[in-house]
Parts: sequence; structure tokens; C-alpha cells
Amino acid sequence: MNKIGLIIKREYFTRVKKRSFIIMTFLGPLLIAAVYIIPILLALHADNEKRTIAVVDQSHWFERQFVSTENQTFIRLDDISIDSTKKLVQQGFFDIALFIPETQLNIPSSAVVYSMKQVPLNVEEHIKDVMKNEIQVQKLLASGVDPDILESIKTSITLSVIRMDEEGGEKETFTEVQFVLGMILAILIYMFIMLFGGQVMQGVTEEKSSRIVEVIVSSVKPFQLMMGKIIGVSLVALTQFVMWILLTGVIYIGFSTAVGISHPEAISQGTVMAQEISSTNIMDNEAVQDVLNIVHSIDFGTIIFSFFVFFLLGYLLYATMFAAIGSLVDNNTDSQQFSLPVTVPLLIAFLSAIYIVNDPDGSLALWLSMIPFTSPVVMMVRIPFGIPIWQVVVSALILAGSFVGMTWVAAKVYRTGILMYGKKPTYKEIFKWLKY
Amino acid sequence: MKIEVINVTKRYADHVALNNVSLTVPEQSVYGLLGPNGAGKTTLIRILNQITGPDTGQVLIDGEPLRPQHVERIGYLPEERGLYKKMKVGEQAIYLAQLKGIGKAEATRRLKQWFEKFEIGEWWDKKVEELSKGMQQKVQFITTVIHEPDILIFDEPFSGFDPINANLLKESILELRDKGATVLLSTHNMSSVEELCDSISLINKGEKILEGKVADVKAMHRESETSPLPSMTDIFIQEVQSRNLKP
Repeated sequence: MNKIGLIIKREYFTRVKKRSFIIMTFLGPLLIAAVYIIPILLALHADNEKRTIAVVDQSHWFERQFVSTENQTFIRLDDISIDSTKKLVQQGFFDIALFIPETQLNIPSSAVVYSMKQVPLNVEEHIKDVMKNEIQVQKLLASGVDPDILESIKTSITLSVIRMDEEGGEKETFTEVQFVLGMILAILIYMFIMLFGGQVMQGVTEEKSSRIVEVIVSSVKPFQLMMGKIIGVSLVALTQFVMWILLTGVIYIGFSTAVGISHPEAISQGTVMAQEISSTNIMDNEAVQDVLNIVHSIDFGTIIFSFFVFFLLGYLLYATMFAAIGSLVDNNTDSQQFSLPVTVPLLIAFLSAIYIVNDPDGSLALWLSMIPFTSPVVMMVRIPFGIPIWQVVVSALILAGSFVGMTWVAAKVYRTGILMYGKKPTYKEIFKWLKY
Repeated sequence: MKIEVINVTKRYADHVALNNVSLTVPEQSVYGLLGPNGAGKTTLIRILNQITGPDTGQVLIDGEPLRPQHVERIGYLPEERGLYKKMKVGEQAIYLAQLKGIGKAEATRRLKQWFEKFEIGEWWDKKVEELSKGMQQKVQFITTVIHEPDILIFDEPFSGFDPINANLLKESILELRDKGATVLLSTHNMSSVEELCDSISLINKGEKILEGKVADVKAMHRESETSPLPSMTDIFIQEVQSRNLKP
């Protein structure tokens, strides 16, 4: 086996065998799945408990308004005192008693609920809603307005956004979904580059500070050691990513099948809730149905493929810089000072993503998606919106070219840096190393 | 294998590390590379290991210019040495042997023997961080010689060893020489130079100031025919100080 292969193998296996890697690999999908599963579980559980609720309405406003449902049985009790009602609850004949006091000339605006247990929020809300609605209807009637008219003036507008291309093709776009998807991809790619680029830097510094590096570079070229580490860590990142996709799929499908057989309605309800949560309420309920439709129309193949390409190239570019920085310092605490020139462009890319997601075809978006230091993050924001293929290709080529150039620079810094101990080099000295 | 260093010069940004240095390490001998701190010994050793290259001049191994393939014929124990702390001892030794071009099975077989000899067999599956400094040094020595190199370069090999283990190390070095290895030994420990070295060279401020067989060097520095032979320590101090006094 050739030597760079040996180095890649060591870097890969020491990392994937670490407890932290295994925990992250399983925890990630669980967290992602939780976003989907918890609403479903909530939807299931909310329907489970059945309650009997006694209604003592001394105001006589709401005699026909409390209608029993599958889980909530409302029983009207007339001519009974409040104390007797409370006793009935204590003795367990009713779970909850609702007491609406008599009002003189006035409109009722208060009520009391008695229960031996904590009254669930949704029951409270339901009681309030019923009372409020009835009072509103009565008020409208008193002012001479037919409540049906009020109902009929409620309007909803459906706005379809069609994006056309040169060949006359039309495609309906769903900005909200693309917005969310773009942001998620930007966060993911930023996180992965930061996390695994940082691992390369730590690894290099560790080799330097533990003094093993001189032994190794007497067997292999510093360049092989550096590239072996970068490639090894990239395989760790890909392993983690693929595992996340697979495990999330398995958990989601497994759970859906398990729950779906017995409670099909809970799945759809839960998914709707999950969509709402994950989109942080950008969409209202009416959009949810559209979203479900468009989720199927999104070209996930293209997105995942470009994610892999831009993650890999972006990671490679940053990892070479992180490796060079790691070689300059003797211990990890010193790395802060030198890592700033690398983390700042990445941070700029991430922050600009927040603006670009609102104007993915603007000139800022175009330029930042061509500059190699920002393009991995910015491109991933833009791709879900659909952009010309030539831009993606040019951006990827620029990124790949920059990686090659950066490798040349980093290798020069690295091979001098790893054997320098003691005083921290100045930027001027580092610049001189490039000429050796 | 014979090592010839011919007119090697190496400059760094602000100083000259080696200035036109030439020396010859005879085949199958222990050769002491001596000199004060900062004389340029480590730079010369790094050039031999192809970690860095000379600005001018060249190095010949058995008459051939130094090539990348030569690293597999060289075993190097650097002064600044260490191991991966979180890695298991045996696994790590195999890894380092593989980097020197030994197959995994062969590396395992040889390592087991060496671990037996150095009485650290039971530490095979322990992590390096659990080992004492001396034990780590043993592991490092083993990984230096595991590929049975023709050339061995030791930079301060005895630091961190107790006298018993230092002795074990000395015996091993002589054994390796007797089996045919050419040993380059860089150290400040003059007693080990007297015990081990067949010939030496003395480097000061990037220049070679003395080279020869230990016996010849000593005879040369004798005050008179009848006076006792001086120690290497005396010769070292005398040669270096006389030059540093000159303007």
C-alpha cells in the first residue's frame, strides 16, 4: 500500500472509532427525526384522553353552544348549586365542571372551571373560544349584522409565482420552501467546513506539539502527510453526512410505517405540524398543502449532488488553509490568532447568506458565489432557487482552481512550520517561507 | 552503506546553518556528530533524511546521490520525538513500520520480538499516554530500527533513559553496527561517544572543525608523547573555545 494511503487510513479510522464521532452520527439523525416525530406523537396523544365536562350555565347564554366531541362530552346541568357541582367533580362523576355565573343585564365575560387535575390548555382554549364566538354572534345580531355576512367577507388570495426560462418553459416556484432549504444548506455546509476544517488544524497542531511529526516526515514527504490528513478527514465528514442521510431516512420511514398503519391521520397531521415548525412559521396553514406538493417537485438529486461537490471543494480549500495554520502554532490555544484570516471569510459567507436568500439572483449573490472563499456557502443558498448551470460550473471550477493554488501555498508554509518550535513566526517570516 | 557529504551549504533567512561542510561516514561504523548547541547538527541530519534540502553541495550514499527511495534504508530517531498519545502502542508501531515500507504481517512479527527484548510486551494494547517517558523512548527506538535500515541516525538517543536502559540501548546500537549498519550518533553525552564511536567530526557555527578516528583525534591532541590521552570532553572544549576566541 502506498504511503499516502496509509496516512489516509490512519486519519480515517482513528476518527471514526472515536466515541464523539459515533455519538454525533446517531444523535444528528435523532434530532432531525425528532422534529418530525414529536409533533406526530403529540398529535397522537392529544386525542387519547376522554373527558366529561359538566356545564352549569346560570347565564343561559350558552345552552346549545357546547357540543360534545369524540373526546369531550359536555353535559348540561340545570338548577344546581355551585357547591353541588364541585362535589360531583370531587366524587369523580365529572372530570371538569364549568360554571358560568348569572349576569344581570350584562353580557357574561367570565367563568370558572373546577377540576381535580390540571386542566389541559386546549380544553381551556376551547371553552374560551366557544364563549367568545357566541358573544360575538350575539353582539353582531344586536347591531343588526348577519353573522353569515361576516363569514362571507373573509377572503384568501392564492398567488402563483411562475418562473420562465428562455425556451419558454414555465415552472412554478415556491419561495418559502426554497428560502428554508437554502438556509438549511448554508448552515450545514458552513458547519461542516468549520467542524472538519478545524479537525485538520487540530490534527496538525497535535502532531507538531507531540513531536511525532519529525519521525513521520523522515518517512514521507510533508506534502503527503498534509494531504493524507486532509483527505482522511474529508472521508470522515462524508461518512458522517451519508450516515445522517441514511439514518434519518430509516428512522422516518420506520416510524411512519409503524405509526401509519394504525393512525394514518396522525401522520398527515404530524407532518403538517412538522412543516410549520421547521419553517418557523414563515408559512401559514394554507401554504402547507402547497409545500407538501412542492417538496416532491424539488430536485433533491441535483441539490444533494451539488452539496457534495461544493462541500468537498470548499472543505478542501479551507482545510489546506487550516492545515497551514495548524503548522504555525505549538498548541491549540495559540491557533486563535492565526485562524482569524480563515474563519472570517467563512463567517462573511455565512452572514451574507442571510441577505442572499432574499435576492438569490442579485449581483451580490452572483459575485459571492464566484469568489472561492464564499462560494461554497453562497452557492448552496442559490441552488434551490434554480440558477443557470454555467454559473454552477464556473463557480465549481474557480473553487477547484483556488484549491490547487492554495495547496501550493499551504504546503510551503506547512513544511517549514511543522519543524519550527518556540517563537511564533510573524506574517513577514511566513511570507519568506513561500520562496524557499 | 557509506555516507559522503560534499560541500554542503544551507542558509536560512537570517543565518548560515551549514557552510561548505564535507564529511565521510565510513560503512559499518559508529560515527559521532559533535558540536555545541546551534552548530548545525540537526540541519545536517535533516538534510540526510531529506526533510530539507541543501542549497548547494550534495550527499552521496554508496556513491549515489540521495534519492527519495533512500528514506526506506534510513532509520531516524530525532531529538524532538514523540508518538500519537491516543493511539495504541502496537498499532502505532505497526503504522510507523508500514510508513517505512514493511508489510503489516512482517512488521507485527518483528515488533513482537523487539517488544520481548525490551520487556514491554504487555504494553502492546495500551495507549501511549499511559506509558512512562522511558517506555515511550523504547518504543521510539524500536520503530527507528524496525525496518532493518542500513543507515541509522540517532539524535540524543540517551536522553530520558535510566542507566540500565541506556546500557541496553548502547548494546543494541553496537549489535546493529556489527550486523552491518552505519550509525550516525549526535550527542552531548561524551562518555557514550568514548564508548561507542569509531570516528567523529566536530561542527561549530556551521563549519566542520575536526574529523577523524577517535584514536587518531585523541593522539593528535596529546600534549606530548608521554602524556595521557585527553578525554573527548577536553578536546571538545579546547577546539570550540579556541575558535570562539578568535575574532
